[in-house]
Amino acid sequence: MSATTQTPAFTPDTEMRRRLGRRRALLDAAMRWFCLAATVVGLLFLASIMATLLWRGLAALDFIVLTQEFQPTRYGDDTLPKGGLVHAIVGSILQSGIAILIGTPIGLLVGTYLAEYARGSGFAHAVRFVSDILLSAPSILIGLFIYQTVVLPTGGFSGIAGALALAIIVIPVVVRTTEDMLQLLPNTLREAVVALGAPRWKMITLVAWRAALPGIVTGVLLAFARIVGETAPLLLTSFGNNVLSTDLTRAMASLPVAIYQQANSGFPDLIEIAWSGALIVTFGVLAINILARVALRPRK
Amino acid sequence: MNDVSMAAPMSAEQARGAAAAAAPRIAIRNLDFIYAPGLPKALKGITLDIPDRQVTGMIGPSGCGKSTLLRVLNRMYSLYPGQRAEGEVIMDGRNLIGPDVDINELRSRIGMVFQKPTPFPMTIFENIAFGVRLHERLNKAQMAERVEWALTRAAIWNEVKDRLHSSALGLSGGQQQRLCIARSIAVRPEVILLDEPTSALDPISTLKIEELVDELKKDFTIVIVTHNMQQAARCADQVAFFYLGELIEVGSAAQMFTAPRHPKTQEYITGRFG
Repeated sequence: MSATTQTPAFTPDTEMRRRLGRRRALLDAAMRWFCLAATVVGLLFLASIMATLLWRGLAALDFIVLTQEFQPTRYGDDTLPKGGLVHAIVGSILQSGIAILIGTPIGLLVGTYLAEYARGSGFAHAVRFVSDILLSAPSILIGLFIYQTVVLPTGGFSGIAGALALAIIVIPVVVRTTEDMLQLLPNTLREAVVALGAPRWKMITLVAWRAALPGIVTGVLLAFARIVGETAPLLLTSFGNNVLSTDLTRAMASLPVAIYQQANSGFPDLIEIAWSGALIVTFGVLAINILARVALRPRK
Repeated sequence: MNDVSMAAPMSAEQARGAAAAAAPRIAIRNLDFIYAPGLPKALKGITLDIPDRQVTGMIGPSGCGKSTLLRVLNRMYSLYPGQRAEGEVIMDGRNLIGPDVDINELRSRIGMVFQKPTPFPMTIFENIAFGVRLHERLNKAQMAERVEWALTRAAIWNEVKDRLHSSALGLSGGQQQRLCIARSIAVRPEVILLDEPTSALDPISTLKIEELVDELKKDFTIVIVTHNMQQAARCADQVAFFYLGELIEVGSAAQMFTAPRHPKTQEYITGRFG
């Protein structure tokens, strides 16, 4: 070292400090550029998907797509009627809506049980573990399960079977977010409610749920976004339908299944309609997200 | 409420005499407390009288048991399985830590305010009405009257009267704490427990709360845990010093801060440890 030896403890080694400083500045710059590069790569993929979706989807999106049922391919013959996706849009709304209505209360109560009543117990660990496995289970397995327990015994594909399969996907998502959101609440909030003489159930329903509401709603939206795009479980449960049907006891169309079938048809006019279907799903989910966020914005 | 206390102002020495002579609001006898089976006792044989409509200050270093004692008085510990209190905490002839006590009714008589302000995620009005609704059925006008009364008593009415129906989360920390005090007194308890109520607040908010405590003791029996020696000297009539789970000394504020009997008390209040 170049420092003098007379007062070693108090003489700063300026050369060493300068070298370390340069090294840190370099690492800092490198880290920043790596993070930026990773972000750009991720955004590029996303932007490319969105651009393709908008370009191909908007080209085919018209009033007919939104209002007409399926029609066979026109083979380029414009005198034949053009088909649409209204049967699939209605089917998706019905099945996903019912799935949310069934799955949300169950998930909410299970999540509440885990966070408020059984925190730290062995049983809670077991339930959480099973719920997490369900969360990441391949959705075709859930379709198979409903096929075995509902479709076969009732003698056929049905909208309600599809909704049940989707509800099973909803439950673990809502369980997880409900539990996480309730765990985030400070214990002093619970104690403050109880200190007023409130029984536990009132503390949970009147204060804890309210405090956790934005997070829980986010969970429900996540679940909705996921099931609206699910294809596999519906193939085995509600199967799909080419006409508009609101009868939950019969086979029912859905957007992902309709997209899957028409995109695989090989006919350019049907593939175009599939693109517009993909656009409808994407922007439907986006619209619901924005609406819920606006509705839940904290008011001052 | 009973009327054994003397409402007139009195000197510290008189207060000590009166506190000793009058029947205490709460009588704590041989109280032990453990947080979990196998752990050492957090409170050891505490015997202490809480005089009616006076301020009892509890001081001592962190972990000495003063907050634990506070949480025994309103049975907050009952939320946590494994925590156990043994001994007697007598109020109106009943042992509060006995098995047949209606805990929710007890908590409506012994309110509590916490270290960090805990506004509920609802409007200011609803924050106050929440506790009242748990115990009483009031019509709209009565409820409005009660809310105004509580907010006025907590010295925050003038600051919030024009925004009763906006969220309580938008208030400042000091306002939130006074809201929490208003929420407690709205239930019309007899005793109010304050667990370091100003340690998260700025000096001006602290001053307001201390003035409020002075005002509230006309109607309520108050127990306050504090780390701030000046606060104990300013607010409390009776001061209890805790150390390692034991009650070392109790006396009037004047006596404790000018002529403590126990050397540990002397060391603590002169800042030699803690």
